[in-house]
Amino acid sequence: MAIRPIPGEIERWTHERFERAPERDAPFSTISGEPIKPLYTEGDLPEDLEAAIGLPGEFPYTRGVYPSMYRGRLWTMRQFAGFGTAEETNKRFRYLLDHGQTGLSTAFDMPSLMGHDSDHPRSLGEVGREGVAVDTLQDMEALFARIPLDEVSVSMTINAPAPIMLAFYVVAAERQGVASDRLAGTIQTDILKEYIAQKEWCFPVDPAMRLVTDMIEWCSEHMPRWHPISISGYHIREAGSTAAQELAFTLKDGLTYVEHAVARGLDVDAFAPRLSFFFNAHIDFFEEIAKYRAARRIWAREVRDTFGARDERSLLMRFHTQTAGVSLTAQQPLNNVVRTAIEALAGVLGGTQSLHTNSFDEALALPTEEAVRLALRTQQIIAEETGVANTIDPLGGSYFVEALTDRLEEQAYEYFAKIDELGGMVEAVKRGFPQREIADAAFRYQQEVESGMRKVVGVNAYAEGDDHQTALLRIDPAFESHQVDQVREVRARRDQVAADAALAALEAAAREPDRNLMPLLLDATRAEATEGEMVQTLQRVFGTYREVPVF
Amino acid sequence: MSNSSEKKIRVVVAKPGLDGHDRGAKIIARALRDAGMEVIYTGLHQTPEQIVETVIQEDADAVGLSILSGAHMTLVPRIMELLKAQGIDDVVVTVGGTIPDDDVQELKTLGVAEVFTPGAPTQQAIDFIRSAVRA
Repeated sequence: MAIRPIPGEIERWTHERFERAPERDAPFSTISGEPIKPLYTEGDLPEDLEAAIGLPGEFPYTRGVYPSMYRGRLWTMRQFAGFGTAEETNKRFRYLLDHGQTGLSTAFDMPSLMGHDSDHPRSLGEVGREGVAVDTLQDMEALFARIPLDEVSVSMTINAPAPIMLAFYVVAAERQGVASDRLAGTIQTDILKEYIAQKEWCFPVDPAMRLVTDMIEWCSEHMPRWHPISISGYHIREAGSTAAQELAFTLKDGLTYVEHAVARGLDVDAFAPRLSFFFNAHIDFFEEIAKYRAARRIWAREVRDTFGARDERSLLMRFHTQTAGVSLTAQQPLNNVVRTAIEALAGVLGGTQSLHTNSFDEALALPTEEAVRLALRTQQIIAEETGVANTIDPLGGSYFVEALTDRLEEQAYEYFAKIDELGGMVEAVKRGFPQREIADAAFRYQQEVESGMRKVVGVNAYAEGDDHQTALLRIDPAFESHQVDQVREVRARRDQVAADAALAALEAAAREPDRNLMPLLLDATRAEATEGEMVQTLQRVFGTYREVPVF
Repeated sequence: MSNSSEKKIRVVVAKPGLDGHDRGAKIIARALRDAGMEVIYTGLHQTPEQIVETVIQEDADAVGLSILSGAHMTLVPRIMELLKAQGIDDVVVTVGGTIPDDDVQELKTLGVAEVFTPGAPTQQAIDFIRSAVRA
């Protein structure tokens, strides 16, 4: 039985009841600045609720991409790891698999992300710091030694040089006896968000888009179980965006990749089922849940109506979630355990397919093993003890959550319109539009915290002073020289003629815009060319990128 | 606000190293600018040599280094060394980022005036730079 209030009821209640007591002095808006009403009622639901949310596994997928969701299978618990050398990270991977983790996720170090070999002068001090150093095929093989690549799914967080890392991975698997069509996993490859937020690039925007499209095309033929791109809002949010900006820029990036692949002549249904997404789970609980629900609905509609997808699988917005690093505080670090648990719960109630929970010590350093285990246990407690996985989309139909879902969708379309006016996302990125919007939002939030309008526990409320009493993971600086030796050894022992020939062929192919570069990268990998050599070879043709900074 | 007869403080905000985490650098750059300082933001991925060059070119009173990659114990000493080699001893050097306590002490020994860790309000940096430059 509906309890739709009769017209005027809310006004009466507001006047007679609600306004009788003064409100607390608090912002009553989401962390993104979206004002929130004191009460939501049936009047806040969409006109046609059934059409707006549908049923799980059915258009528009608001309630979930699969019919059974967590009744069928829990989300994949996928902790991101990587530091030091490939051997060291391989140990952490096997530790995580032993503790019940079900997928692997690789963090690369900054030089690897920027396409520099470990012995490049700019790599000094950065090797193995924020992730694992991978310069060569040999490193990739060490990273996955004794891990059966046909059994685990592997995620690799790398973008500008993604096609090179994928080539390393494919050849490493080949040498384990696993063919590329049996490999399951994801490589991030989302270069647009690099220019927008994460800022690890190798080439100017246009050739970078060509490389991404080359990879998508190659994977659509050779890697049916692989996700060649993970369209990522995570870093956009970490750079300080609002939830609406994360949603809008991420989906627009995704639609732009689809547009480019379709323009190359690919059938949308040949690759769209393999696109996946990656979102942040920030601390504003309901706003996050609404964001995921809105994302599914927008993606399904746009891929169907704008690109004419007919395969249902093309419409499914599957996503990975990571709790918000930016919400963690260096002060009273144990509080981060609580933040992470709440954020993880939002990801789960939002219907995520996989989840990374941050460790409480990550505002201070890379996590210790103990902190990583606690983060994984947090997910296991949500899955096994809380009962939230018993039913699908438990918040579906909530007046508040549905209203917020609609509102985020509306804001996303407002941004789409602005981006289209600028000539599309590639143009908007070149002009710094999303970059500026994010910088403004980040500054506004910082001001709100500093003015005390927004409270952050342990930072501007309930602060205690000395907070830095926690054990930190220290990266042994000896890793760096060891890694430098490794890459030099590879260069010294390989067949130099073969390596030179493969790089020359890569350079020649890069000059022909219609050549797909993936096969040439695979050849260069087999000839043991290093990552840095391949990047520099391509830079001779493509050039490099320099940002015009806006603040 | 600064007295209009006073010369504006010139601050270089720099991102040494390869990490792309520029939220903090941009926020601090804008806050210092709003506080009446002349701010030169280098942009990302700067080498120590490039940063010292900018400090000289811009005749800066202070330089704020933002590092979140964990490479601070390589990059900051190198910058301090280059500044010294150029005979520059009157530029206030501050560091912001995820810097463990032990490293904070070591950086200060090298001549870094102050280190701001996560959660530090921008006003603290503004006040510090203002008083350190005027001192």
